[in-house]
Amino acid sequence: MATVAANPRTQRAGRRHPRIRQRLTGVAWGTVAWFLTIIFFFPVFWMILTSFKPESAAYSNPPQFVFHPTLSEYKQVFSAGMGPFLANSAIATVVSVLLVLALATPAAYALSMRPIAHWRDALFFFISTKMLPVVAAIVPIYLAVRDIGMLDSIPTLIVLYTAMNLPIAVWMMRSFFLEVPGEMLEAARIDGADLRHELTEVVLPAVAPGLAATALICAIFSWNEFFFALNLTSIRAATMPVFLVGFVTSEGLYWAKLAAAATLASVPVLIAGWIAQRQLVRGLSMGAIK
Amino acid sequence: MAEVIYRNVSCRYAGSDQWAVEDVSLEVPDGEFMVLVGPSGSGKTTALRLLAGLEEVSDGRIEIDGRDVSGIDSRERDIAMVFQNYALYPNKTVAQNIGFSLKMHGVPRDERDERVREVAQMLDIDELLDRKPRQLSGGQRQRVAMGRAIVRRPKAFLMDEPLSNLDAKLRVQTRVQIAELQRRLETTTVYVTHDQGEAMTLGDRVAVLRDGTLQQYAPPRELYEDPVNAFVAGFIGLPQMNLIRLPLENGGVRLGDQMITLPEGLKRATGERSAKEMIVGIRPEHVTITDGEGIPGEVVLVESLGADSYIHAKLAGGDTQFVARTEGYDDRRPGSNLRLRIDPDRIYGFDAETEERLQTGGRVTAAAAAGP
Repeated sequence: MATVAANPRTQRAGRRHPRIRQRLTGVAWGTVAWFLTIIFFFPVFWMILTSFKPESAAYSNPPQFVFHPTLSEYKQVFSAGMGPFLANSAIATVVSVLLVLALATPAAYALSMRPIAHWRDALFFFISTKMLPVVAAIVPIYLAVRDIGMLDSIPTLIVLYTAMNLPIAVWMMRSFFLEVPGEMLEAARIDGADLRHELTEVVLPAVAPGLAATALICAIFSWNEFFFALNLTSIRAATMPVFLVGFVTSEGLYWAKLAAAATLASVPVLIAGWIAQRQLVRGLSMGAIK
Repeated sequence: MAEVIYRNVSCRYAGSDQWAVEDVSLEVPDGEFMVLVGPSGSGKTTALRLLAGLEEVSDGRIEIDGRDVSGIDSRERDIAMVFQNYALYPNKTVAQNIGFSLKMHGVPRDERDERVREVAQMLDIDELLDRKPRQLSGGQRQRVAMGRAIVRRPKAFLMDEPLSNLDAKLRVQTRVQIAELQRRLETTTVYVTHDQGEAMTLGDRVAVLRDGTLQQYAPPRELYEDPVNAFVAGFIGLPQMNLIRLPLENGGVRLGDQMITLPEGLKRATGERSAKEMIVGIRPEHVTITDGEGIPGEVVLVESLGADSYIHAKLAGGDTQFVARTEGYDDRRPGSNLRLRIDPDRIYGFDAETEERLQTGGRVTAAAAAGP
């Protein structure tokens, strides 16, 4: 007893060790996180940097970090008629996301709050539709769309983007709905809320972050979708990814222009992500912790 | 305000072969505070949820104010419920939470605001009306949940362990507030708890449940003094009644090294059943620690609570453990010897097989306990 009491320094050092180890672990994980962030962000950074270079500088080897920035590539992109492509992408994205939310919300509600017999099979069926590669389905889709005279049309893209995003939206939203405490719904029922009010007054406000996260992810998928747009549209309904590919030519220099166009194409998604940042983080972690 | 009646109510959950609630019949008179108490899995919460319409009655029926509500939706039963975790709406302010049921029932905004303010003042939460639930302490949330129930002026309040998330001190304070509030509003209340202390202090009448069946439905004092079986006797009272299975010998039982002659009523009851053994029940406060004659024992543990102490002792010549309650602080040490004296008139007897009380109407009252 006396020895322990007479040696407080030993005690303090013993207590300090775990703290030092904890701190070192934190620093190590922080380093890993930053390293991965840089790896992920570097291509984006390089794209933005290249968009401000003249074409000659974009092609230089070794790559140039110091150069005279120019907006000439952006001017060329704007003068190439980006407007209709941007509008097509915006319409296809916004409408398909709204449709996805309108369809996925009741489906996810039913699968989580009032599950019927074989609900697991239904849920598996939803996700199984994502297992078939799009390339395997493109020929029948193309023929069907051609036969009904809907090639090069925005409604076609809207339907396809809705179908494409619906399974993932149902899965995501179901996990958010599962987080709503059952007692809250029971309280609402006892308070006199019918199904409509239960949904609008209690459930949807509670899962709003999840809804925002789902909407944003679907919007990103739709905005970036290239394969359907390339194969099913040509002039009237072509979207931003198709516009970007237009800069890839077999002759001449195009990297800086392509980088400028890609930067512009990323801006709407970045803005949406920035606005929904807080909701997105909460929404994406909602299903993770029960 | 209304009378609540369970008539032979049973409930079995889908996929289960056991009754969650089996053949329960209860009558809660208008304005009374009834407590459903029992251990985990006893069916008390299910019984409450059946009344709320959150579970379906498999058999029997439930009446509120003379109307059979068994197949009627929760929202049409005109009841209000306070949940264990309060179930407040996180996106709504305190005022919106309290006023939600009024909004759902189409009460005009002005009247709604007035009633919400009135209730908030009653519960001393009028300063919190603009806050969200996450900005409230546990006690404040509990009061908001109470406010949400009160504002409706429903026929009955249903409360599912509303104090279980509060710390001990706040629990006692809130318990008093709930009792006062219920008496002031005179609204029929059905309250679920696993805490027998809460049940005894709050309830006008208490229903003790075990494995889905009703064991006894009586005022708290009757439950304590006249339990119908060993389960109720053991469940009600703190520290719990000493229940010891003992062989019968010539109209008496041997406790430690002493023979205790049973009172006439018990002797007759055991004789009628030709019982060979019985369960002897003795409340800790009916065990006297004495320096004179008594059953010798050894102190195992002393729990001193200040006002009184619980002394756990092992009787000499066996493994039988006993708890005695003494007034004030007790400084006996574990391992020290003592002697216990038991008045045979204060012994409860239970059938060794059915665990039913042997002598009926043989109430062991506080007055008897205070005898010579």
